[in-house]
Amino acid sequence: MTRLVTAIIKPFKLDDVKAALEGLGVQGMTVSEVSGFGRQKGHTEVYRGAEYRVDMVPKVRVEVLTDDHQALDIVESIVKAARTGKIGDGKVWVTSVDHMVRVRTGERDTDAL
Amino acid sequence: MDNGYYAWMIVATAFVLMMTTPALALFYGGMTRTKSVLNIMMMSFVAMGVVGIVFVLWGWSEGWGADGAGNANGQLIANPFHEFGLLHVSSSNFIYVLFQLTFAVITVALISGSIADRVKIGSWVVFCVLWVTLVYLPIAHNIWGGGWFAAHFPNLDYAGGTVVHINAGVAGGVLALVIGRRKGWPRDVGRPHNLTLTMIGAGLLWMGWYGFNVGSIVFTSGSLSSSAKFTAQFQGETGVTFLNTTIATMAAMLAWMLVERIRNGKATSLGAASGVVAGLVAITPSCGSVNTLGALCIGAVAGAVCAVAVGLKYKVGLDDSLDVVGVHLTGGIIGALLIGFFGTLLSPQGLDGLFPSGGGGLFYGGNATLLWHQFLGVVFTIVWCGVLTALIGLAIKHTMGWRITPEAEVEGIDYDQHGESAYDWGTSSGSHVVGASSGSHVAGTSSGSPVVKEGAAP
Repeated sequence: MTRLVTAIIKPFKLDDVKAALEGLGVQGMTVSEVSGFGRQKGHTEVYRGAEYRVDMVPKVRVEVLTDDHQALDIVESIVKAARTGKIGDGKVWVTSVDHMVRVRTGERDTDAL
Repeated sequence: MDNGYYAWMIVATAFVLMMTTPALALFYGGMTRTKSVLNIMMMSFVAMGVVGIVFVLWGWSEGWGADGAGNANGQLIANPFHEFGLLHVSSSNFIYVLFQLTFAVITVALISGSIADRVKIGSWVVFCVLWVTLVYLPIAHNIWGGGWFAAHFPNLDYAGGTVVHINAGVAGGVLALVIGRRKGWPRDVGRPHNLTLTMIGAGLLWMGWYGFNVGSIVFTSGSLSSSAKFTAQFQGETGVTFLNTTIATMAAMLAWMLVERIRNGKATSLGAASGVVAGLVAITPSCGSVNTLGALCIGAVAGAVCAVAVGLKYKVGLDDSLDVVGVHLTGGIIGALLIGFFGTLLSPQGLDGLFPSGGGGLFYGGNATLLWHQFLGVVFTIVWCGVLTALIGLAIKHTMGWRITPEAEVEGIDYDQHGESAYDWGTSSGSHVVGASSGSHVAGTSSGSPVVKEGAAP
């Protein structure tokens, strides 16, 4: 069974998370810059005396495809590496992947990992 | 004519041209949103083309009307056809005509800040022609060209506090009222999209302003009678106007930052850039009639007051988008009126004998005559400009119309009016279509949706 681990983390923690996952033997990942908000909310900026509320906080999304056995280990090591203890550390979740194909070879599902 | 002075006027004229394109275009461009930066920059470029040609055809004739100087006819306007196309102007005087041309151009371009993001470029072209003809040129004639007002109320305006800045400020405010608010304002204003452009623009404006102020020297008949006297006035006066322009601008920048630091907790880069412009505006009319201390005070007052004044638009509900009223009208009035306090007979214009009878300003032993004349100059400009700008604005509104559609305003005026986007953010958002005239447009930006708090003004 193939799983997708998705993590939203603070941008400056990306290096730590990447190192931790490489330590686990993870072969690849997808990283994107994203923005959004949770409990942390945004911040206020002032331009010529007028206040602007910036709702969206910049974050990094890390996505890792893996098999059933390793999914929880990956979640644990991301949480450990990304935690600062302050608000806005992000979230990690695991979803099932119905079907997967490696584009180059046509291999399917766990063979394509 | 002295060759040194002539060479300086060539440079000064080019400096003032630079103030519109690119300096003002950058200053304004950085303050708008990603989807309307090209349009606001185009308004400056279009003003350059349209006003410049009008000025050569009938503008100089209507405002000045003589060979390289004002005709001093004592009337409200000069004949627009007498010097049409610079008919009787000697080529050795072209540079003085072109110097004045650059002032007309930037005055019109300044107005665009009040109506950013929402007007059709065709309507702007028509406005440029009508406004410079019916407002700028008559006021320039009355204050500088020896027209009716100057004959009755000698008024000190070294480089354009009334003619350029109060004029542009009033016109901007009136147009913002006639044309109306941007969709969503003031709930959603959109923060400045690139303040580095604005900082570059402010710095270039500051540099160009030395052409504007220091180039505005007018020689007395006494100076023109002897080479030694000419040199004495040239060197003595340009030194003072350069120094005053510099120190007032520095003071205004710091004063604006100080107000922000006290009021909001942080001094901003937009505040520094705005303070620079506020100081330059205020010292424009006064750089030749005050001393160093006077320039310092005028700059500090302008920076602090304009920092507060830019918040008033939220209280009165006027979408003067880039604060032409808050900076140029306010700063222009401060500069014009403070001459009535800080004006001194030992300044260049005092030594030139240009002060009205009654002596210097109130702080330098004069009576209230100077302040009264300065006040009248401000009122004359506000009334003439306010009434005629309203008429021009309404005429365009009820004929060709000003506004782009609300949908286009939300999608972005750059694409609607020019068919372009300023920035290519991604590599996958479009593709080149060979031989086709239309592509696919992707509107909007990916990051953030800043929302201004209702009534968040200071």
